[in-house]
Amino acid sequence: MRNQTLGAAGEDAVFHYLQSRGYTVLDRNWRIKAGELDLVAISPEKKITFIEVKSRSSRKFGDPLEAISAQKAHRLQKLALAWLVVHGYWGSDYHIDCAGVIFTNEGRYEIDYRKGVL
Amino acid sequence: MALSKVRSLALLGLVGHIVDVEVDISDGLPGYTLLGLPDAALSESRERVRSALVNSGLPWPNKKVTISLSPAWLPKSGSHFDLPIALGLLAAQGVISSEFPESLITMGELGLDGTLRFVRGVLPTLISALNFGATSAIVPTENFQEASAVPGLQIRSFTYLSEVVHFFQSGEVPMQEHVQPADSPTHTLDLTDVVGQIAARRALEISAIGGHHLLLIGPPGTGKTMLAERIPTILPALTAQESLEVSAIHSVAGTLTSRGVLTRIPPFVAPHHTTTTTAMVGGGSHAVKPGAVSLAHAGVLFIDEAPECANGVLDSLRQPLESGSVTISRAVGTVTYPASFLLVLAANPCPCGKFNGRGRACTCSSLQIRNYLKKLSGPLLDRIDIRAFVEAPTRVEMAAAAAGESSEFVKRRVNDAREIAAARFKDERWRINSQIPSSELRARYKAERDGMTLLHNELDSERLSARGFHKVLRVAWSIADAAGHSRPTKNDVEQAIVMREGTFL
Repeated sequence: MRNQTLGAAGEDAVFHYLQSRGYTVLDRNWRIKAGELDLVAISPEKKITFIEVKSRSSRKFGDPLEAISAQKAHRLQKLALAWLVVHGYWGSDYHIDCAGVIFTNEGRYEIDYRKGVL
Repeated sequence: MALSKVRSLALLGLVGHIVDVEVDISDGLPGYTLLGLPDAALSESRERVRSALVNSGLPWPNKKVTISLSPAWLPKSGSHFDLPIALGLLAAQGVISSEFPESLITMGELGLDGTLRFVRGVLPTLISALNFGATSAIVPTENFQEASAVPGLQIRSFTYLSEVVHFFQSGEVPMQEHVQPADSPTHTLDLTDVVGQIAARRALEISAIGGHHLLLIGPPGTGKTMLAERIPTILPALTAQESLEVSAIHSVAGTLTSRGVLTRIPPFVAPHHTTTTTAMVGGGSHAVKPGAVSLAHAGVLFIDEAPECANGVLDSLRQPLESGSVTISRAVGTVTYPASFLLVLAANPCPCGKFNGRGRACTCSSLQIRNYLKKLSGPLLDRIDIRAFVEAPTRVEMAAAAAGESSEFVKRRVNDAREIAAARFKDERWRINSQIPSSELRARYKAERDGMTLLHNELDSERLSARGFHKVLRVAWSIADAAGHSRPTKNDVEQAIVMREGTFL
């Protein structure tokens, strides 16, 4: 699987995962100059949640979530604030979650979902 | 609960402090934070522990890991926290029980492949652990011999991290082939190797009897180093207590393996004359390491070419010479190491080294000669009790068929004399003549009347300092012990004065 399709497949997987758990997805691949937010959703507790998705085809190169450096976490914070401002939710409570997706063979995958990590 | 606590110790000098390694694993992005003032080697533990766990087939938590080495204010150094950190991580993940008894001490460095590696300072650490109520310890196999020298502690040693984990899971200890402690190293040197040198041999013997500091002066190649190296062969064996102290110091310095655990042979330390003050007295910014004076504790500190030493290095010896210990203050704390040694200095008589007899071969000016030995400062020379001039052996001596006395022979005399002294001092705080306090010398340990008169004359004519007066008297006691006199005679005092002044100077 090519990296781009891998990333898209990962985001799809997490999209279904969220829907099955009562989330309402507001936005996908929201992109501005500073970067991209993978998924934005309203949680069952009615909180705005930004979700960063990391996908890997194996654990050979470490856990997918290890790829989120301090720099990347900082950029996610800034993007989240930007999204809130643009959509008129400035000042609302929000969460940032991370999801690590590992694809095993034949299209099966595992999702490691961590809430409120940042 | 993803929380665990494992007990270890941090060493500051020879004193261990209890350190609790607390591991907390919480949800969040993968990360690793180590708290509690770690030094560089300790901060690197993350990579060693991670690789060791993974390569031992044990889980590494891809979560937020926080490790706290408590108490937080105590600066910690060294790699021996690897094992407690790894065990804490495993306990917090539920691989092993998180109920660690507080009486169990663990220490060891981890190799990337999961082997348990040798660490420094195990002996003093475990001795301190005893005082904190520890009853058992887990150490690397390579440290087993050292660790088992600590009485009253159950030692378990392991070669691999996986074996330690298996032990916690099942209580099974792997079969171990413990290397039998090698026989204590024996002396390879002997005084019989030294040809002639009647006066210097005598000086060595008196020095060994009373623990008197010694200065050997002589042209190059006459045997100063040879003589000095053989002093440990005529010194009495270390007592069990001394041996433990010496082993503890060498354990911290990392020289214990080559020396042998609990060896009774007095140490011989010969720092090069370019050595720094720090290397001489001890120091270092992270862990305050013992210097040459402490490594020579209960043994011999030999400094060859003493006048060539940098300014201040020799004078840094003055404090340990007086107090028998050395106290070093650094950012990490204040550390005291024992440093009670027999100081042996060696020097050439002049810069060209050929000033001998009437000095015909010497090419130095009289000024050069005077300035050369001046580099040994007055206060330091004042602390030297015995000066001996080492001359090149004559043709007759070289050709003599009869070898000189053997170390064993001389050592027997030294031991006899020390026994006489020990019997005399049986109710005192000290054991050897060089340690008699000045006040006691003037009150209860005087020489015979005419000997004292002689000393007082020397003092009046300012040929002796007050310290020199006491030092001569101490040497006189050693000479008396060697001769079997119950109190130093006038002759003994005269000999002591000659030995102090040195026939040459």
